[in-house]
Amino acid sequence: MSARRRLSRFNIASLALGAAFLYLPILILVVYSFNASRLVTVWGGWSLRWYEEFFNDHAMIEAAWMSMRVAVASASIATLIGTLAAVALSRGESFKGRTLFSGMLYAPLVMPEVITGLSLLLLFVALNAERGFWTVTIAHTTLTMCFVAVVVQSRLASLDRSLEEAAMDLGCDPVRAFVMVTLPLIGPAIAAGWMLAFTLSLDDLVIASFTTGPGSATLPIRIYSEVRLGVKPEINAICTMVIGFIAVVIVSASVASKLSSARGESAAPL
Amino acid sequence: MSASSIFTRPARLAAIAPYVWMVLFFLVPFAFVLKISLSQTAISQPPYTPVFDLGAGFASLEAALAALSSDNFHLLFSDDLYVLSYLRSLVVAAVSTSILLLIGYPIAYGMARLPKRWQAIAMMLVIVPFWTSFLIRIYAWINILQHDGLLNQILLALHLVSSPVVWLSTDTAMYLGIVYSYLPFMILPLYATLTKLEPALEEAAADLGASPREVFWLVTFPLSLPGVGAGVLLCFIPIVGEFVIPDLLAGSDALMIGQTLWLEFFTNKDWPVASATAIVLLALLLLPLVLYDRLQRRQLEAAR
Repeated sequence: MSARRRLSRFNIASLALGAAFLYLPILILVVYSFNASRLVTVWGGWSLRWYEEFFNDHAMIEAAWMSMRVAVASASIATLIGTLAAVALSRGESFKGRTLFSGMLYAPLVMPEVITGLSLLLLFVALNAERGFWTVTIAHTTLTMCFVAVVVQSRLASLDRSLEEAAMDLGCDPVRAFVMVTLPLIGPAIAAGWMLAFTLSLDDLVIASFTTGPGSATLPIRIYSEVRLGVKPEINAICTMVIGFIAVVIVSASVASKLSSARGESAAPL
Repeated sequence: MSASSIFTRPARLAAIAPYVWMVLFFLVPFAFVLKISLSQTAISQPPYTPVFDLGAGFASLEAALAALSSDNFHLLFSDDLYVLSYLRSLVVAAVSTSILLLIGYPIAYGMARLPKRWQAIAMMLVIVPFWTSFLIRIYAWINILQHDGLLNQILLALHLVSSPVVWLSTDTAMYLGIVYSYLPFMILPLYATLTKLEPALEEAAADLGASPREVFWLVTFPLSLPGVGAGVLLCFIPIVGEFVIPDLLAGSDALMIGQTLWLEFFTNKDWPVASATAIVLLALLLLPLVLYDRLQRRQLEAAR
């Protein structure tokens, strides 16, 4: 074994500063959400009044509910189709239009959201589709399935193929071998893909703004219109709840992947 | 016929659903953007005069082709507002990507040198902000940067400044927001390359008499270039079209192209000009997009 590389003081300092930079702003936001004072920056003692305010804000609750429904629906469709795409990419060898296929899957990962949003809206208008829940769901699915495909595909790439081959040597047809052998092995990656899709959908402002219709604002759209008017303690409370909710999702995901790796499977890469 | 090639046919069939979906909802919409960018602005619902009406047959197609208008594109290149927006977007993206590389590289490098157990934790710490809302992270900075925000309070308490500094609605705030939001996108590809680097190579260079500085610049850095490329493209392309961060943190005297597009679409309701803006933006990003696609595909092929 080679000698362990030592961490220099520079390495440690850059890690510590990096962690502080990433986490301090969020920590400050969370602390201020419990501030009793109406002035966001003056500390007036601990209080839950801004959380109460949220639960009395019907428009905000409705937007949160809309976001939740869109996130669950789009993440589920995206996971199904994205996993199929990952299988085709990593097991389909070369097929006609493969270059276009992978290009279409990678481009949305970096495509500016204003372009994706505008182009989908123009499609929906041309199709005369009523804008609301389904148009946002389709738009989010289109974006997030690409993330699912990347996560699942990287797991499939690291998988030992001799397992699938052994199953087929023992008489399984390819589909059965996939369902019985491959699917359980990539399960944690598929779950991670679903959660990533879910949080991306919950988070999206730009694409939802373009593709939603009147009267069906999502939570980020509502938060954005409030934030433009300035800092409000109620927004701090809403943001803290969203962060808490996502933290619960991530922790349960990592616990689930720990449990499955305890059964002899390795954890999802993302 | 080997077992793995039996697998390819059903796997190819699996491509059908995602293929159809992406053609329908990713590729076809661009045709509509192109079409509407060539239409005339009209005050109606939807606010443009359609140029094609396929129901009416070829005679109308001919008339429609004659009516195609490049007015919107002329406008984009003749009006300073648009040209300046594009330039500003490219400059902001280039500057932020450079800052991101300067900050992200030492962090990724430090992560790759941690003991394996700690690497997993550090990796988790970088990914978690990626999962928490983008908008919320920008909002967190508004809290800190506002007139009577925490930053000014600290600066005043330390007597570093005598009166509150204006942070919000400045380019400084915007750069801070961009770097904060995109840092994980820079760190992750860099870390992925650096952690795969064979330590023996660095040791060999050191054994042969290279100073730590020489080891880094002659061995480590050149080998990490694929990660640098991925990180740079992963940040640069979306930052050019960024809307939320400049809208909330920068001043309103100079706009990035994402803001101009948003303004044309939502405030001026000028869909044809917004579409033309998107087409030109896409054209600007075509080269980096193709580079990014090639990089991704090479990684995919290497993994198979």
